[in-house]
Amino acid sequence: MNGLYQLAVVFGVLVVALTIAAGLIWLERRLLALWQDRYGPNRVGPFGLFQVLADMIKIFTKEDWTAPFADKATFILAPAIIVVTVLLSFAVVPFAPGIVVADLDIGLLFFLGMSSLGVYSVVLAGWSSDNKYSLLGGMRAAAQMLSYEVFMGLSLMGVVVLAGSFSLTAIVEAQRNLWFVVPQFLGFLLFMIAGIAETRRLPFDLPEAESELIAGYHAEYSGMKFGMFFVGEYLGIILISSMITVLFFGGWLGPVLPGIVWFLIKVFFFIAFFILLRAALPRPRFDQLMSWGWKVMLPLTLANVLVTGALVLAFA
Amino acid sequence: MSFLQNQFEKNVVVTSVDYVFNWARKSSIWPLTFGLACCAIEMIASSTARFDIARFGAEVFRPSPRQADLLLVAGTVTLKMAPVLKRLYDQMPEPKWVIAMGACAGVGGPFNTYSVLQGVDKIVPVDVYVTGCPPRPENLFYALLKLQDKIDQTPNLVRRPTDVRLDESMLEEFKKQVRISQMKQTA
Repeated sequence: MNGLYQLAVVFGVLVVALTIAAGLIWLERRLLALWQDRYGPNRVGPFGLFQVLADMIKIFTKEDWTAPFADKATFILAPAIIVVTVLLSFAVVPFAPGIVVADLDIGLLFFLGMSSLGVYSVVLAGWSSDNKYSLLGGMRAAAQMLSYEVFMGLSLMGVVVLAGSFSLTAIVEAQRNLWFVVPQFLGFLLFMIAGIAETRRLPFDLPEAESELIAGYHAEYSGMKFGMFFVGEYLGIILISSMITVLFFGGWLGPVLPGIVWFLIKVFFFIAFFILLRAALPRPRFDQLMSWGWKVMLPLTLANVLVTGALVLAFA
Repeated sequence: MSFLQNQFEKNVVVTSVDYVFNWARKSSIWPLTFGLACCAIEMIASSTARFDIARFGAEVFRPSPRQADLLLVAGTVTLKMAPVLKRLYDQMPEPKWVIAMGACAGVGGPFNTYSVLQGVDKIVPVDVYVTGCPPRPENLFYALLKLQDKIDQTPNLVRRPTDVRLDESMLEEFKKQVRISQMKQTA
């Protein structure tokens, strides 16, 4: 019985994550349209809801082209890596009490490790395409991820210190009285900025900056291989929104409504915020991005860890 | 799908599959970001709030030809640009379509000169021609709807969308023209 329940949770999380990722494509296009005073896709099905279905079928029946000059094995492997690493990260996210695939004691570290592995996808895609723009995109991705990974991990140390655990379930339970966004507001801001850079969303989409690098690291990908990058990006958005919810906004905690509903409400709020950022912000130059990361964000993160640690020591 | 081509042509009816594939293809036509002249301004305007090409699911302008479905030839094609356009078209994966937007892309427009290709259909197969100089975004949308109708009537499993190839003599003619213009430039 217990085994069956676990199996149901595993498949439930998989199906829900992939469905929401597909739905996000529609949501993003409609919300962008809303914020840009347009209609957005509204011809295909009610409110254009079947747009995603049409895109998916089209991309599946599109010619799946592998570049003859590419490094074939790596070229095919790269899009799979991004989806696999992001989906593996979903294993440790506690959606509600009891609804978690693997409640690891080191869930937070597992998440950080998986998001670091995700970089391989982009770098390998850029390198194996044997295309100068792809390579530039891949190198940018590597540099950006390395810089932002550093304070992404450090910005969460304040939360870990307050909760006294790396387990995500324990972190949510520790927020029963007060969400960590209040004592760790700086940590929240830093983590969110790092998270956007981590998912390569605007304004940090320099690896695929289309005005400079054609389509960056996935310039040579067509058909479903490109679709995997697309889905992986949206899965990444859901993952980062889930992590913000779990770490800073009390996960499933909330009055009246059941836990899973609260979780989804909070996650969708942050997803919509990510889309708003895309509609509102221009892209910085690459050197600005790097100096912002190393000169502003890293010192702030270190100060945050220092002050949080000192306060916890003083009042403990 | 080519191995199916001659096997089942006479015997099997594949309308349902065709219907679903065609519906998906016509509902999500992603154009290539490729502007050549003043028509490109109208193409850009067609994705703004006033006209909004997104309603047809076609606002996803892909910068890379590998991910695009539609080559929107928006403007004058000079002989210097023509090989580039031809290469971009060849780089797009099947199925792919072409809209010749405006008088220049259609027949060379007012530029009946040594440097301008007299109609983009000399080098790539065109599905829909749009008249106008430049055409308004509404004209472009009408062309898009016409293209959707065309896609809807394509029997996929029997004949591929761009199966109708160009007359080879046209290509030879084009190559000769390019060679002449290059010779003039170097001379």
